[in-house]
Amino acid sequence: MDLEEQGAILRLVEQGDRDRMVVLLGTPTAGSTTMVALTLMQGDPSYAGPLAGVPLGLPVYHVLEDQVKNAVPEDVYDREIGPMGLVLDAPAIVSALADARGQALQT
Amino acid sequence: MLDLKDKLVLVLGERDGIPAPTIRACAEAAGGQVVYDVTQCFV
Repeated sequence: MDLEEQGAILRLVEQGDRDRMVVLLGTPTAGSTTMVALTLMQGDPSYAGPLAGVPLGLPVYHVLEDQVKNAVPEDVYDREIGPMGLVLDAPAIVSALADARGQALQT
Repeated sequence: MLDLKDKLVLVLGERDGIPAPTIRACAEAAGGQVVYDVTQCFV
């Protein structure tokens, strides 16, 4: 996540109704999912951007997770996401996000 | 269970994964209000 995006999200959270906010990711790998999720839950792990040391604590989901799939009308999900769920390594992405949530809870 | 109805949704898509407009369509169909979206590209 680049520094400009970190700043934009920080401003949104500061100005908005944080309790109603949810993040949906479309990251392609377990590694990129972990990095973005940790940045949004407990702050920028690289300590380079505006979110360094800023634990936003936002709920983060990946669009390939069953929780998201079940929340979206089936026809829309199949049309929009459809084959991408087969191309990407969904189990690895879901597992990485579960680990990131566990790390965030421990801090 | 996740319920996106009336939630403020931040969409972080990625060109090599799932782009933001695709995720936005899903979020809005589920009743969420997308307040931020971006498709990241690291090429």
